[in-house]
Amino acid sequence: MMKNMNDSKCAHREFVAEHVKQLPKSGIRRFFDLVNTMDDVISLGVGEPDFVTPWTIRETGIFSLEKGHTSYTSNLGTPALRREVCRYVEKNYHVSYNPDNECIITIGVSEALDIAMRALLNPGDEVLYTEPCFVSYPAEVRMAHGVPVPVETRFEDEFALDPEMLRAKITPKTRVLLLNFPCNPTGAVMPVDKLRKVAEIAIEHDLVVITDEIYSELLYEGEHVSIASLPGMRERTLFLHGFSKAFAMTGWRIGYACGPREIIDAMMKVHQYAIMCASTMAQEAALEALRNGEKEMARMRDSYCERRNLIVDGLNRIGLECLLPKGAFYAFPSIRSTGLDSTEFAEQLLKAERVAVVPGVAFGACGEGFVRCCYATAASEIMEALDRMGRFMESLKQQ
Amino acid sequence: MKAKILNLLAENARMSLAEIAGRVGATPEEVKAAIHSLEEEGVIRGYKVILNESDLGVSKVRALIEVKVTPRRDGGFDQVAERIARYPEVTDLYLISGGFDLLLMVEGDSLQDVASFVSAKLSTIDGVISTSTGFMLKKYKESGRIMQNDEEYERLKVCP
Ligand SMILES: Cc1ncc(COP(=O)(O)O)c(C=O)c1O
Repeated sequence: MMKNMNDSKCAHREFVAEHVKQLPKSGIRRFFDLVNTMDDVISLGVGEPDFVTPWTIRETGIFSLEKGHTSYTSNLGTPALRREVCRYVEKNYHVSYNPDNECIITIGVSEALDIAMRALLNPGDEVLYTEPCFVSYPAEVRMAHGVPVPVETRFEDEFALDPEMLRAKITPKTRVLLLNFPCNPTGAVMPVDKLRKVAEIAIEHDLVVITDEIYSELLYEGEHVSIASLPGMRERTLFLHGFSKAFAMTGWRIGYACGPREIIDAMMKVHQYAIMCASTMAQEAALEALRNGEKEMARMRDSYCERRNLIVDGLNRIGLECLLPKGAFYAFPSIRSTGLDSTEFAEQLLKAERVAVVPGVAFGACGEGFVRCCYATAASEIMEALDRMGRFMESLKQQ
Repeated sequence: MKAKILNLLAENARMSLAEIAGRVGATPEEVKAAIHSLEEEGVIRGYKVILNESDLGVSKVRALIEVKVTPRRDGGFDQVAERIARYPEVTDLYLISGGFDLLLMVEGDSLQDVASFVSAKLSTIDGVISTSTGFMLKKYKESGRIMQNDEEYERLKVCP
């Protein structure tokens, strides 16, 4: 009879891989569980548009099913969508890509990010990214056996990346720089002169730049410049974009990556084995979004802009210092004046006044001292939330 | 600023001054003054609710009536149209291109009401050549609002 040597110690071997065990549970997740135990909560805690996908796009998705387009598509995505994506990118970002081999349709920017990391990183390679940032960035790097290295962005720089702070973090192991402007959670954009310096540093140190420009349509001031369009950058930049935010299509799970053929080929290998292809219905709907969705997109953007002004004015009025974010749909006020840390602030606010905001620390250590308030919420709800937060601030003063 | 205010009021005429002010970047007093002047100028003619009467059990009868008219040498369709517009039964009235001239929406308490308005009043007006009446059976959408209630769809309250 065979005897398992481990029997005496524990029931079975460790099932979960070490690097996955080490991943922190997203701070947002914990907060989400708390919010869900309460009624009558006004949530400024979401990270998605409050609009339903424009009807012409939904209708195209329905029609796709009616026509019986229910099979796989080519791994890279339908040729029609890739052509349209490349046209859109060239028109709006001034970089041209070949739809045959420099563009891949993915399950949102999330998948694009995942397969990019898996395609680019050798174990131990360092990836620089700005913090505060989208919660997935460091985790995606770790899951690809890379080492995430945050570069802090600061309130006094309006949360733009300071090129010198970037330079200071570069080591011989640095392979990739991951950027996200306009930024979740700060709403920050990069001034062009700083972006140029960052590009020079990337060239100097032979870095690949991954630029997540998912919020680039939601820009309220100035003009968006993609780092991919700067001199010498196209050949080392992977451009990620999607439909979730601009076209209110978060639930469709569709996005894309454009970049040099070498990188797209490598991502394609991972995608082909792991995913096969993005959903056919979503691809056809996305094509409609690019062809006929811009007017609706502009309407939604204008509506976010109104609400941005409303919330930023209100936050400053009740004593929470807040910059006017130039893009995305997040305000990122400082809560330092309250003497609370961001988790305490968010939890006390939720319990006392039933307003949900996300603690800044969920977006990285340097997000401490801030909270994220999403203004993709009805204007009347924002006003009610501001009233409640004002009351909360008063009650803190009296303590 | 006035154009922006009108856009917001068209979306929701009961929007508070504070909300409008916040959204257009003005003070509530400025918004109040702007709305007042729009009312004075007659740009804003009134405010009205959009109802789904089927939930109320009210049974008003509505009809759409196409009217052919002989235009007058002095003043075209305006005189006849302005005359028709005075009847309180007529809730909406438009001059239309195509196979007929005027399109009316008429409201009454019963089928009889509407029928007698058409035969006794509308048809007898000088210049009216013919009418064609269609009774409204069901309302699906009015002023951009869909009447059907969609199932409640709950979004996540907190997400990345
Ligand atoms: C910066 C950033 N990148 C990527 C994503 C994910 O986008 P997608 O829905 O395309 O996967 C989000 C969503 O919140 C985001 O904020």
